[in-house]
Amino acid sequence: MWNQRIFEVLMEMDLLQRFEAYVASEKKIEPKDWMPDAYRRTLVRQISQHAHSEVVGMLPEGNWISRAPSLKRKAILMAKVQDEAGHGLYLYSACETLGVRRDDTIRDLHSGKAKYSSIFNYPTLNWADIGAIGWLVDGAAIMNQVPICKCSYGPYARAMVRVCKEESFHQRQGFQIMMTMAGGTAEQKAMAQDALNRWWWPSIMMFGPPDQDSPNSAQSMAWNIKRFSNDELRQKFIDLTVPQADLIGLTVPDADLKWNAETGHYEHGPIDWDEFKRVVAGHGPCNKERLEARRKAWDDGAWVRDAARAHAEKRASRKSDSNTAAA
Amino acid sequence: MNARFEYLLRLGDDALILGQQLGFWTGHGPVLEEDIALTNIGLDQIGQARAWLTLAGKTEETGRDEDHLAFFRDQSEFRNALLCERPNGHFGDTITRQFLFDAYAVALHAGLSTSLDPEIAAIARKSAKESAYHLRHSRAWMVRLGDGTEESRRKIQASVNDLMPYVGDLFHSDDVTREAVSAGWGTDPASLRHPWESTVAEALAEAGLDRPGPGPEQTGGREGKHTEQLSFLLAEMQVLPRTYPDASW
Ligand SMILES: [Fe+2]
Ligand SMILES: [Fe+2]
Repeated sequence: MWNQRIFEVLMEMDLLQRFEAYVASEKKIEPKDWMPDAYRRTLVRQISQHAHSEVVGMLPEGNWISRAPSLKRKAILMAKVQDEAGHGLYLYSACETLGVRRDDTIRDLHSGKAKYSSIFNYPTLNWADIGAIGWLVDGAAIMNQVPICKCSYGPYARAMVRVCKEESFHQRQGFQIMMTMAGGTAEQKAMAQDALNRWWWPSIMMFGPPDQDSPNSAQSMAWNIKRFSNDELRQKFIDLTVPQADLIGLTVPDADLKWNAETGHYEHGPIDWDEFKRVVAGHGPCNKERLEARRKAWDDGAWVRDAARAHAEKRASRKSDSNTAAA
Repeated sequence: MNARFEYLLRLGDDALILGQQLGFWTGHGPVLEEDIALTNIGLDQIGQARAWLTLAGKTEETGRDEDHLAFFRDQSEFRNALLCERPNGHFGDTITRQFLFDAYAVALHAGLSTSLDPEIAAIARKSAKESAYHLRHSRAWMVRLGDGTEESRRKIQASVNDLMPYVGDLFHSDDVTREAVSAGWGTDPASLRHPWESTVAEALAEAGLDRPGPGPEQTGGREGKHTEQLSFLLAEMQVLPRTYPDASW
């Protein structure tokens, strides 16, 4: 009996080695390929979290659709938030290729078991927040997501290619709002600065904990799920974004921020990781509202989903009845 | 009175108020696919509103643009049909409101596509493609909800019964529409009632729903006599431009 078990373990080791070599050679893993359990679990966790982030992320921005200050801005914002719903769909589909049903994934979100990006637990308090989210949050998302276009899992990589194409439009519309407001009336400029003050730190926390505190990163890098470290991406984001803030005359709310000509990078002040942990743990300003809004939408829609299912079943059985009758 | 301006306002305001209301579904739909669909339809409505209101502004020749007309008029100056301002309610209420409107919009846009006014005809032709898609979507849901479960049938029947009394404005004829017809650039709303009836009757029959018998109608939107809901809706929509009238966004 134990011979059989040893045989299985040896087979697994062999598979694992071949898997790692395959991934290291930049080839894609497809749904039907063999993959280590831990690889599958990591992907399910990451892709479902990503999907939930897209969907929960619709809420803070959706909050301003009704109050967009011009019809053009309203249309742009609706198109943008609609894109995010589409991103959620692609990602739930990518997750399903790993054998997890969308409804179950969503249940995990509603029960609090699954996480989503904690940036969406901050409130949108004035119109410039819509600019700041596009500019900073979508900007940080692009930084995080572009490398995933080359990740080892085929369906995830392909979903990201579609997502990234739309994200650059999101960032541009956000920056345009900020630029317009920063160059507008005194009140508008104050709103823009206020939005930057509130969104800056949460945005740079979007890259996750510092490398030395990010235990899963090494494995994800080895599997080509992750291609750059948290700190590398954060630095890249800061280096790109600070000059944009300067350009439109806004001040990044970091007294310690300074350019280092030797390294060619900005140095930033300490990040409040306690705040990050607090928000991730569910104690951010809007965690409760966001989850409640998602649960309410799901619960209120139950009768609609039931009806659609019942109708589809009735139609299928009517069809098969008429086929039988015809035969 | 500038009849062309009045007529265009009616077209623009219907689309604007519906678009504004559909925007509330973004992020709150029963399934993600419906968040996308309802937002998309709302987006089309806002697009149509912009086109009609821009043209209305040009017609009026006092320099008001789409935003001026959308954000700086009070409720009594709005010309949308009462149907459009009925509250979103539950998903079935929104779908029914949209369905009753889409059935009208398809006939309206077909009629306006042959308008002697090339600007009106161009907007109508573009809108016609959109309203055909909107009708496919809302009609499919009427059938799903009517045929689905006992609960969904009960709910959607109640939505139909509640909303039917508000369709009268859509077919309202007066001096404005008479001038539109005689000058050849508009359609007679009364003439849209027949095609609307047959679209609605067919869909309700397929959905297994009853067509409530003709009863007293609630009308007045075309003359600026609205329901309580509109003022709240506008207060929210107009808050930024009204608070900061000197700002551009
Ligand atoms: Fe996205
Ligand atoms: Fe985005």
